[in-house]
Amino acid sequence: MDLQDSAQDITERTAEIVSRNAQLEGPLLPILHDVHHAFGCVPDAAIQPIADGLNLSRAEVHGVVSFYHDFRKSPAGRHTLKLCRAEACQSVGGDRLAEDVMQALGINWHETTPDGRITLEPVYCLGLCSCAPAAMMDDTLHGRLDAASVKDIVAEASR
Amino acid sequence: MTPTIFVPCDAAALAVGADKVAAAITAELSARGLNATIVRNGSRGLHWLEPLIEVRTDHGRIAYGPVRPADVPGLFDAGFLSGGDHPLRHGRTKDMPFLKGQTRLTFARCGVTDPLSLEDYRHYQGLKGLEKAVTMPPADIVREVTDSGLRGRGGAGFPTGIKWNTVLGAPGAQKYIVCNADEGDSGTFADRMIMEGDPFVLIEGMAIAGIATGATKGYIYTRSEYPHAVAIMRRAIEIARRAGILGPSVLGSAHAFDMEVRVGAGAYVCGEETSLLNSLEGKRGVVRAKPPLPALEGLFGCPTVVNNVMSLASVPVILDRGAAFYRDFGVGRSHGTIPIQLAGNIKHGGLYETAFGLTLGELIHDIGGGTASGRPVKAVQVGGPLGAYFPPALFDTVFDYEAFAARGGLIGHAGIVVFDDTADMLKQARFAMEFCAVESCGKCTPCRIGAVRGTEVLDKIAKGESPEANIALLEDLCNTMKLGSLCALGGFAPYPVESALTHFPDDFDKNPFLQAAE
Repeated sequence: MDLQDSAQDITERTAEIVSRNAQLEGPLLPILHDVHHAFGCVPDAAIQPIADGLNLSRAEVHGVVSFYHDFRKSPAGRHTLKLCRAEACQSVGGDRLAEDVMQALGINWHETTPDGRITLEPVYCLGLCSCAPAAMMDDTLHGRLDAASVKDIVAEASR
Repeated sequence: MTPTIFVPCDAAALAVGADKVAAAITAELSARGLNATIVRNGSRGLHWLEPLIEVRTDHGRIAYGPVRPADVPGLFDAGFLSGGDHPLRHGRTKDMPFLKGQTRLTFARCGVTDPLSLEDYRHYQGLKGLEKAVTMPPADIVREVTDSGLRGRGGAGFPTGIKWNTVLGAPGAQKYIVCNADEGDSGTFADRMIMEGDPFVLIEGMAIAGIATGATKGYIYTRSEYPHAVAIMRRAIEIARRAGILGPSVLGSAHAFDMEVRVGAGAYVCGEETSLLNSLEGKRGVVRAKPPLPALEGLFGCPTVVNNVMSLASVPVILDRGAAFYRDFGVGRSHGTIPIQLAGNIKHGGLYETAFGLTLGELIHDIGGGTASGRPVKAVQVGGPLGAYFPPALFDTVFDYEAFAARGGLIGHAGIVVFDDTADMLKQARFAMEFCAVESCGKCTPCRIGAVRGTEVLDKIAKGESPEANIALLEDLCNTMKLGSLCALGGFAPYPVESALTHFPDDFDKNPFLQAAE
């Protein structure tokens, strides 16, 4: 699939997502979530069909996409590790844990390992503050983490 | 009788292995040729014991926890299906001290029932409030809520009934109920627990709010960080719709009410009500200036009730048991119960619902058991990232809205995060500014630029650069942010900074010469 086809594919699938959500009140966020789910990010090529479908300018759509932390410009690695950086996790060594993970993976926040396996994202609270430190690997939650258990989680994802 | 085993499906239990425990129990049952029903209930809120499994016996429900998959064969050997003795056994769940001391009104069913069983919900007094509400004139429902003394549990503490009355009186062909479930404060998880553990109570509360104010459509705006709550809430809404609790005729009445769940996209500021409304409308989650109040011009410019999950989930019991019943709990102007969340470095972390009026010290030491690390408590942050840090010297502060305000703090969403003596309060102050900078919506200058400058000034103080001048600058900046910001993000971010500075001045004394000598 060359780039041209891919952009056309994105346009068509995005237009389909837009029409599926068109009857909702305030449909833009649900549309962006669906687009993100379909492509792993909100690609540039998706902006125009969304703008066309909702009678907005491209700038308005871009403004919304760029406002929210969740919407990526390009796809993440195969796995995404979200480590909580908020106060409850800090109080039981979350900062140290994050440093360990960054060192083990050789990456910083928002970066992906060179082999494309793991993307590291900060998250400000998973609501697991009584079982801190906490993290989410893809869709799986982990609480009461320590150096050993976080290593296991990363190792499992690296396989 | 087939035994019933309860294994929580609450996210906190899942995060510490509840699914694996459930799988181990299923495997052990089949290996031993036994039969039992496994119910995935919500959490009882004793999170340090999660996964806390229960077995129903003739003598009530018996609790075991924290259970790891490897403990499961031993539990069977000990005869746990009939409540047998085991090192992990805690006796009858309802007699456990942490639960026994609570007054559970909002969380009465959470952890007890199967969250998606309407039969369970009805069996444990569910829908009684709504059944009453459909027979009452709207103004009477509003009066009941006003008389109960219920105040907004999201943090602002505004009387819920007065807000409803404004919406009831506002002209408009379309009105909305918006549930603020954007629970982004660190140290809080009560909204998540209700959505995962007793979703019908929130649906019932929103339906009552709709009938009371003439709103026919409701939205729950929650977080993308809460995928389990979103999934359970959506299934519960579908079940309620099929049962005629939602739809064109609520419980067969002339009232229509329906609702849906909307998911945010990782913006903390969307927990601010006007920013939330913009986000629901599909815009950038930028704060709106008030007035106009959302009650008059809210979602899509229509009159809108914006209430926190806890406020709405407290409404059914108020309608069922009456305003006076609810009002009798609490102290001063803080009526009813408050679900307090004990979090961070605490031995017995979890959810503790009680009448207003306990002191901070009682909550942290008597109920929470002190720190998990066993070290002395240095500070607690109450009310999330925008809440003040309190030292042990202020632990006689009574848990009520006014008492906290009088000491320069806020209850917020009633989350308490405990720190032991290894905490560096300058670092915590810096984090408050950094977080505000990351999450600022950018609309007003004091927040957008102030938070960045605050982080920089704190970095200079950390390096020991002209400490006196920089602390004076920081205090001035905090004042500007407090007085000049449009919403609570920029307006309250100075609270953790100033309180850290006031109560822990030693942590800000980074003399470069001393550091060099070390």
